[in-house]
Amino acid sequence: MADLFFGDDVADDIEIAAVATAIGAPTAVVHETERLVYGGTHRRHDHRHLLLPALHGLQNAKGWISPGGLNHVCEVLQVPPAEAYGVATFYEMFRLDEPEHRADVTHVAHVCVDAACQIAANEELIAELEANGEHVHRSPCLGQCERAPAQFRQGIGGPDSVPADTVEVARQIPQQGDPSLRLLRNVGVVDPTSLDAYRANGGYQALAKAIEMGPAEVCTAVADSGLSGRGGAAFPTGVKWRAVAAEQGRPKHVVANCDESEPGTFKDRIVMEHDPFAVIESLTLAGLATGAENGWIYIRGEYPLATARLENAVIQAREAGLLGADAAESGHRFDIEIRRGAGAYICGEETALFASLEGFRGEPRSKPPFPTTHGLFREPTAINNPETLINTLDIVLHGAEDYRSRGTERSPGTKLLCVSGRVSEPGLYEVEFGTTLGQVLDLAGPLTGSGTLAAVLMGGAAGSFVGPDALDMPLTLEDTRERGTTLGSGVVMAFTDEIDMTDVLVRIAEFFKNESCGQCVPCRVGTVRQHETMVQFQTKGSLSPQRRSLVDDIAEVMVDASICGLGHTAASAINSAMDLGLLSKSNGEGPQFREGS
Amino acid sequence: MTVTEVSVNLTINGQAVSVPEGTSIHKACESAGIETPTLCWAENLTPVNVCRVCVVEVEGSRALVPSCARAAEDEMVVQTDSPRVRHSRKMVLEFLGSSVDLSQATELAEWMRHYGADPDRYDQPDLVAERISEEPKIQDDLYIRDYDKCVLCYKCVEACGDDAQHTYAIAVSGRGFGARISTEFDTVLPDSACVYCGNCIGVCPTGAIQFKTEFDMRAAGEWRPDEQDVTTTVCSFCGVGCNLELHTQDDRIVKVTSPADHSVTHGHLCIKGRFGWQYVQPPTRK
Repeated sequence: MADLFFGDDVADDIEIAAVATAIGAPTAVVHETERLVYGGTHRRHDHRHLLLPALHGLQNAKGWISPGGLNHVCEVLQVPPAEAYGVATFYEMFRLDEPEHRADVTHVAHVCVDAACQIAANEELIAELEANGEHVHRSPCLGQCERAPAQFRQGIGGPDSVPADTVEVARQIPQQGDPSLRLLRNVGVVDPTSLDAYRANGGYQALAKAIEMGPAEVCTAVADSGLSGRGGAAFPTGVKWRAVAAEQGRPKHVVANCDESEPGTFKDRIVMEHDPFAVIESLTLAGLATGAENGWIYIRGEYPLATARLENAVIQAREAGLLGADAAESGHRFDIEIRRGAGAYICGEETALFASLEGFRGEPRSKPPFPTTHGLFREPTAINNPETLINTLDIVLHGAEDYRSRGTERSPGTKLLCVSGRVSEPGLYEVEFGTTLGQVLDLAGPLTGSGTLAAVLMGGAAGSFVGPDALDMPLTLEDTRERGTTLGSGVVMAFTDEIDMTDVLVRIAEFFKNESCGQCVPCRVGTVRQHETMVQFQTKGSLSPQRRSLVDDIAEVMVDASICGLGHTAASAINSAMDLGLLSKSNGEGPQFREGS
Repeated sequence: MTVTEVSVNLTINGQAVSVPEGTSIHKACESAGIETPTLCWAENLTPVNVCRVCVVEVEGSRALVPSCARAAEDEMVVQTDSPRVRHSRKMVLEFLGSSVDLSQATELAEWMRHYGADPDRYDQPDLVAERISEEPKIQDDLYIRDYDKCVLCYKCVEACGDDAQHTYAIAVSGRGFGARISTEFDTVLPDSACVYCGNCIGVCPTGAIQFKTEFDMRAAGEWRPDEQDVTTTVCSFCGVGCNLELHTQDDRIVKVTSPADHSVTHGHLCIKGRFGWQYVQPPTRK
């Protein structure tokens, strides 16, 4: 046991009770992995992975994390207080200074300030809430872009909530009930709180078949299907699973990356909220296919409904014997532990997610080594997001050949697209790969307002803008790449010429500046310099020649020398907007943004 | 017993290089006579590869690769002086120079000249580049922390924690440009876990953490490294046998270090070796 030093501050009864509730009753997986947990090269902190849940407990109890509360958690978990403070200050949802709340404050209202909400009068919502005496926190994208402006209520002494969660499903998924839907077939149709309802609609048939097929055959089917990761990197899922399956002699993990935080993205939230059992079933399937006993769900902290639905699904699945010592009578142990993030875009990056889950700051690691050999707790790990995972149910049930009958040769299957912005029916759409951008926008109805289409943001803040000339672009991995853009996480956000794109671009720059973890110099300083450049453009209407000469230099070092994808893509949307002329004056005589453009 | 060493063969700047398996690209470059700038890397610490000043171009790798942390592999083709490498190294140095005070980071100054880094080009009459601006934290008589000189190389955190002292008095807090090395709740050092081993001073490359003696002498304009002698001796406090390097100016000890390659200390000391020399020159003996 480490010889740790604690200051004089002590926790009160409320804080002690909150921590006990948060981490007091470890469930099966925690118990199984406790003795395996280690963090860094020389680190061995047995309970460190409970740090994030414990901090959530403190934050919720008092609306902040007090020195006494932090000391208590550190003593219970044997974590050095300076390190725990470093972890707590990393996250948007934790505050370390005592708020001047009235005693009766029940929540803080987080209101989104990113693109989709920015162009949907979010400032009016903020003003209205403040006029009502609410405590408002300006938040990065909350993953509710189809119902912008988005709000999330972080509870104090009570649960978190999202006011818009009462909205009917059809407004989130306009295609609801369409018989051609594959991934969204249960959404809005099957009761998301009932395992019986899920099974009555074909649920857990895929897992049963997978157990019959055996791990090798499942991996082959997934590989043959051509399924690739739906988070943006499009890594072949079959290759990932086989690599983990081949690792022997160490504990293995499968992780559902539910930390959806890319601005404009809300697909996984809707899947988790309305078809949680599919996420649990497919994660179990991944576990059995790769030989991993430990399943983890890392879900972003601002998704209370999805968290509750998944928690319920895990409990019901465990009670039904679909998780546990002999999961679904497979002869193998598999169970799932759910962990909440606490507001950090970077934790969607797989290695940052591992660090966060292990109880460290969500700082990405250098790759190689890759997660398939050195993932969670530096053990072999397959990590996929919910959309990728639920695709495997279809693949196992109907075979790779059937799966490949949809989509294109190089991009088989269907894709979930998060359509938002100035369209009359924003929401989550499922289309076959190869559907054109124009067709997708047609599905989402006429443009709103009186403007014409000026640009579409593809793939989120880490993606890029395309102009109206790209409406004929088939949405496939290969076509988007060829046209210099990306499908990314499936964001399709429409902007009309009524919108001041400079404001949008300044906010995108601010987003990356705020969300950079700060670990590597190119990203930590580059995102600040990029934001300064955008602010200068916004305030002066042009760039000084001196700054203009820096734009490409700054972008290049972020792309070349950053540790992770955040830095690599931080200049992407802004550069594409410059190339499209979205920032020059509409009369065409505006200042050029950068040299040569 | 003989141990067979497995070698890997790679190409660096067109030159064939053979090194033992597990050797970093940085060390492989060194063996080929190629100097590489480093900032967050140190002989006696685990590589954290955060500063990115040592990046090299590896054929087949989309992004540049940190040479300090990446092991050399068979058939690797490495470029250490390509336009992309030069650009990234220059930009990293410029980014640091434009955001923190590097006036005491003497090694970096040479590399900045080498790569033509010009931190001043970020400031304009109407746009002042954001800088870290912190008052020095002077909380005791032994050492000070001046975080507007901090490049966030993580070395002090490593030396305080896993790589040497296992005290964990400091860690990185906050995020992005707002990230700082801090105790819990920024509590003052005497109330923290700090045991005053001073190993953070020993590894700091920019003078962000330094002896109070040095800080005071610099403030008074009396710090003259050119006139200092370094005498190696063995610490007399216990039987471990740590090597001490006594830095003296005008026949008075002004700071104490230990060689990073010393088999006993690996550059690290305890409070007695680091600071326990005042008795040699009490004010009364002045």
